[in-house]
Amino acid sequence: MSFFSQVLAVARKDIISELRTREIISSVLVFAILVLVIFNFAFEPDQALLSEIAPGIIWVAFVFSGILALNRTFIPEKEEQCLEGLMICPVDRETIYLGKAIGSLFFLLMVEAIMLLAFALLFNVAVFQLEMIVIVLLTSLGFVVVGTLFSALAVNTRAREMVLPVMFLPIITPVIIAAVKASALVFAGKSWSDIVNWVIMLVAFDVIFIVVSYIVFPYVIEE
Amino acid sequence: MSNKIISAAEYAVETFDLAKSFGSYRALRGVNLQVQQGLALAILGPNGAGKTTLIKLLSGIMRPSKGRIMIDGLDSRENSLEVRERLGLVAHQSYLYSNLSAEENLDFYARMYGVPNRQNRVSDVLKLVGLDMRRHDRFSTFSRGMQQRLSLARALLHEPSLLLLDEPETGLDQQGLDAIWSILKSEGEKRTIIFSSHNFERALSMCDGVVILAHGRIVFQERACNLDMQSLRHKYLEYTQTVTL
Ligand SMILES: Nc1ncnc2c1ncn2[C@@H]1O[C@H](COP(=O)(O)OP(=O)(O)OP(=O)(O)O)[C@@H](O)[C@H]1O
Ligand SMILES: [Mg+2]
Repeated sequence: MSFFSQVLAVARKDIISELRTREIISSVLVFAILVLVIFNFAFEPDQALLSEIAPGIIWVAFVFSGILALNRTFIPEKEEQCLEGLMICPVDRETIYLGKAIGSLFFLLMVEAIMLLAFALLFNVAVFQLEMIVIVLLTSLGFVVVGTLFSALAVNTRAREMVLPVMFLPIITPVIIAAVKASALVFAGKSWSDIVNWVIMLVAFDVIFIVVSYIVFPYVIEE
Repeated sequence: MSNKIISAAEYAVETFDLAKSFGSYRALRGVNLQVQQGLALAILGPNGAGKTTLIKLLSGIMRPSKGRIMIDGLDSRENSLEVRERLGLVAHQSYLYSNLSAEENLDFYARMYGVPNRQNRVSDVLKLVGLDMRRHDRFSTFSRGMQQRLSLARALLHEPSLLLLDEPETGLDQQGLDAIWSILKSEGEKRTIIFSSHNFERALSMCDGVVILAHGRIVFQERACNLDMQSLRHKYLEYTQTVTL
């Protein structure tokens, strides 16, 4: 009981703070939409070309804006000098991890929803399909659970902002590849039976990443 | 509010051969400290003596390189969650979030500490530190003295049996000092207090015991009732070889 209320307390605090300042959401959103617009002008795609390159564009924008967002998971705690205060609370490290991951997932999904809307308007592609939503949710989950871990690692590293792009990207790449492949099939009008293998792969990665991150986190956050 | 927050263990704090090194530098070199339940202890010592390091070790922010800490008879490593529940800490940093209001900050920590009757307790501590009029204001708009008072409110929120304070006087004006010390005076009746300070007068008037730390060791330890200002100054000079004002 108290475990969940403490997890939610961490997530809640981050969400209140973010909704007040909109620091992450606004900067990430501007960035993501910029990427989409630039691609739009670079390719001036027609409908045939578009269905081929759309998955790539979406996921490039997704990955880079996701990294921007995840960089703000633990670094603000350090900058505000609150990390120690968090660490002396009578809760397990896993509680903090889960709370942070839930908060980040919330921000990421919010940004993605707006990003997908912008994408749909700019490129006239039907992105809001059930298949696509499932893929986005699964990918975001995997992205956030590993990203939160690396974001904690970054806090105790000198080149903080570099940790995520350099160490986290290679690890998350298989998930992104699965997401790109699966969404390409969705945009090509394929059915569930065609994409199901990729979806299973996403689920498998999520499960592995959740378990590993949850176990490793307490060691990472300790200096 | 319960008055029974003091535990049955004889000592609130016991350390055994406690040591902390930073690289090759030995900041604490074998500290054996015993503090009886309900007492107030002042830690004095020159800059770099290891006062902050000792408080960080006691609060669990840092891990000792060597030695053991018992809080209320519990080993701080083996029972870290129970020990953390019993501790309140006022450090140099406030551990409060600048974008949240005073009330939201305390509410967050109250949830983390599983404080019963959360809203009432938050209101009570805000009144205690005289900030209930500013409860909806963001922490970033607070003056240094108000920040320090809110930090004290955060540390008292869960009725800790042991309150640790690292130089709580830093940056406060006379009014702020009086406010903090009068709160500590009344709160100190219910719990054990350990604070580091450079203020001898305050140490003598507030505390039951005084410890002088120098070069990472306890060099002097005495009950406050056996000391006056002059003898304390004299001892301090003798053991630390530093001139004080
Ligand atoms: N994180 C750290 N890394 C390296 N050395 C440290 C660290 N923290 C403290 N020290 C060293 O340990 C010694 C004790 O420091 P500490 O902060 O405990 O002193 P202090 O008694 O609190 O001093 P002050 O009165 O200035 O607050 C100092 O020599 C300091 O340089
Ligand atoms: Mg200090």
